[in-house]
Amino acid sequence: MLDSLKGNGVEVIFGYPGGVVLPIYDCLYDCKDIRHILVRHEQGAAHAADGYARATGKVGVCMATSGPGATNLVTGIATAYMDSIPMVAITGQVKTAVLGKDAFQEADITGITLPITKHNFLLKSSKDVPEVVAQAFHIARTGRPGPVLIDIPMDVSMGESEYKPVQEVDIPSYKPTTSGHAGQVKKAAKAIAAAERPVLYVGGGVITSGASPELIELSERTHILVATTLLGKGAIPETHPHSLGMLGMHGTAYANYAVARCDLLIAIGARFDDRVTGKLDAFAKKACVIHVDIDPAEIGKTVHVNIPIVGDCKTVLQQLLEHVKPRKETEWNEQIMQWRNEYPLHYGGGDGLYPQYVIEKIWEVTDGEAIVSTDVGQNQMWAAQFYRCKFPRQFLSSGGLGTMGYGLPAGIGAKIGRPDKLVFVIAGDGSIQMNSQELMTAVSSKVAVKIAIMNNGYLGMVRQWQELFFNRRYSAVDISAQPDFVKLAEAYGAVGMRIDKKRDVVGALKKSLEYDDRPVLMDFRILREENVFPMIPAGQSIEEMMVKRPK
Amino acid sequence: MQHTITALVENKPGVLARVSGLFARRGFNIESLAVSITDDPSVSRMTIVVEGDDAVLEQITKQLHKLIDVTKVVDYQGIPVVQRELAMIKVNADAGVRAEIMQIVDVFRAKIIDISDKTFTVEVTGSVEKVDAIEELLEPYGIRELVRTGRIAMMRGAKTP
Repeated sequence: MLDSLKGNGVEVIFGYPGGVVLPIYDCLYDCKDIRHILVRHEQGAAHAADGYARATGKVGVCMATSGPGATNLVTGIATAYMDSIPMVAITGQVKTAVLGKDAFQEADITGITLPITKHNFLLKSSKDVPEVVAQAFHIARTGRPGPVLIDIPMDVSMGESEYKPVQEVDIPSYKPTTSGHAGQVKKAAKAIAAAERPVLYVGGGVITSGASPELIELSERTHILVATTLLGKGAIPETHPHSLGMLGMHGTAYANYAVARCDLLIAIGARFDDRVTGKLDAFAKKACVIHVDIDPAEIGKTVHVNIPIVGDCKTVLQQLLEHVKPRKETEWNEQIMQWRNEYPLHYGGGDGLYPQYVIEKIWEVTDGEAIVSTDVGQNQMWAAQFYRCKFPRQFLSSGGLGTMGYGLPAGIGAKIGRPDKLVFVIAGDGSIQMNSQELMTAVSSKVAVKIAIMNNGYLGMVRQWQELFFNRRYSAVDISAQPDFVKLAEAYGAVGMRIDKKRDVVGALKKSLEYDDRPVLMDFRILREENVFPMIPAGQSIEEMMVKRPK
Repeated sequence: MQHTITALVENKPGVLARVSGLFARRGFNIESLAVSITDDPSVSRMTIVVEGDDAVLEQITKQLHKLIDVTKVVDYQGIPVVQRELAMIKVNADAGVRAEIMQIVDVFRAKIIDISDKTFTVEVTGSVEKVDAIEELLEPYGIRELVRTGRIAMMRGAKTP
């Protein structure tokens, strides 16, 4: 098993041992080439493998025992599935002789993960290990990537079999299309030449396929401006004059105006998620739509597409660049710039500790070069708005599933995969408590992540919805009864700091950079009722966009 | 709209669950499902009949195709096909009505494949409509048990999926 993992380039496994994975852990004891990171909860292992995969582009690997170990991975696997992250999850299983007989710690994990994995395997024989592991890695990383689970009964992992490296994986029923249809590509190039008001709408597919250079080339050659999704952040540097930042529910007003008014929408590696489109009939309603995606099932799933191109984003963009001619800046560019000047992202002034201010300062202190891993909720949206990414694989966030508790373990995985980079976890006081046990993992494995908690004593995003749509009836969102996060950090052996004044922010952040052998947790006591704006309420159109708190 | 979908899949454990799960998640009820091996023992063929919106079914067909164990998917919508279903019907057959039932069986070119002192078991093959029709005619005698295989279908002419 371990030989097979090594053969597939595995350097690190995030895991937690247990009864039926003992044979594998026994081999790990002598294994010099694979580093095992012992997490404190299996969910942390799955998120760490996910963060590692997002930050490095390699397949993340996590491992757990049968039953509860395996079910604890489920949220992490679903998170990776929704965001198309390459991952291999290895679970132990009870012996084949007692499978299906409610043995101790038995759970039908291949059944449970059927709808949240790209594929899964129940191994039946030791001699299948090399082939199945090779297939799992092949499936996880190719086409539209995703998590693959391998379930190994204990008698299979104890069985002896010779490791023969698998040279080439051939699955006759699995052949993803990579290059785009030549005729469609030409049609797309023509549409780009003819468009008056084109916009690029770019998602995580561009990051996955490493297509940033091609995207930037296309944008610079044609002066078409780029709006990205949450997962597309960093596909073009957000400091680039052609970047419109993020679009969608909490996207910039100018990105949303551009998309609403465009006559050509060039969607690349994005899936028209409801958090992006809002009300479907109003989304880019006058536009001809080009949709490039490696997954044919995404084409036409939610919006009508005029020019579908199935293929890998990088390959298709390269094909497109052969046909696309330079365009000059037009009035349309000026119009968008005008929107940009009219509706910049902003927040209140004064002495209050604004979360946006904290994130801007994190950006300044890190020179915009840190990898940022977020939790879910207001903290995530403020981070997305104010941490302007400079490169791909810089912004790690649970977009599709929206998993609270993702940030810390994913940040740990990212730091292990990219030890050369600063890693900041931007968390909420709600989210951090969902996986705060991973502080111990970070301390024990000497992972120097910086954790910035945007602490408002509320489940802030839910409170914001209650304020705006439920008449300020704050039902079950006050979490001001909370641990002392500074003491919590110290209890784990991490560094803890509390910051409640604006003037102390930069000092604390700079101090946090001095520690490179342990995590630093910063408890920022932000304004309690600060909201995320702009906001397009769910299922509505740009006409209903709120740019500030309604009177 | 009723759709007849054919899928060629790997003949492995769990494949049926993957396929049916896709329909279940979208709230579709599978009206009939026939599965068996093909001329190649490593390949199974499924014929799935579902009722549903065309656009949604196109989505499901694409999702089916994405399953690693699925090699080919064809929705027979608008394609000329021959289709058959087989049914066995156990019907009350007291002495007084035996001749009548045998006449019906004859007209439908069905067969009586088992007889007891109180019942006939009738085998009928044909289109879904034909099976429906004989079922309706036998109903008055009292159907004790009925089993249908579900539809199987093939493209007309030399074409294969």
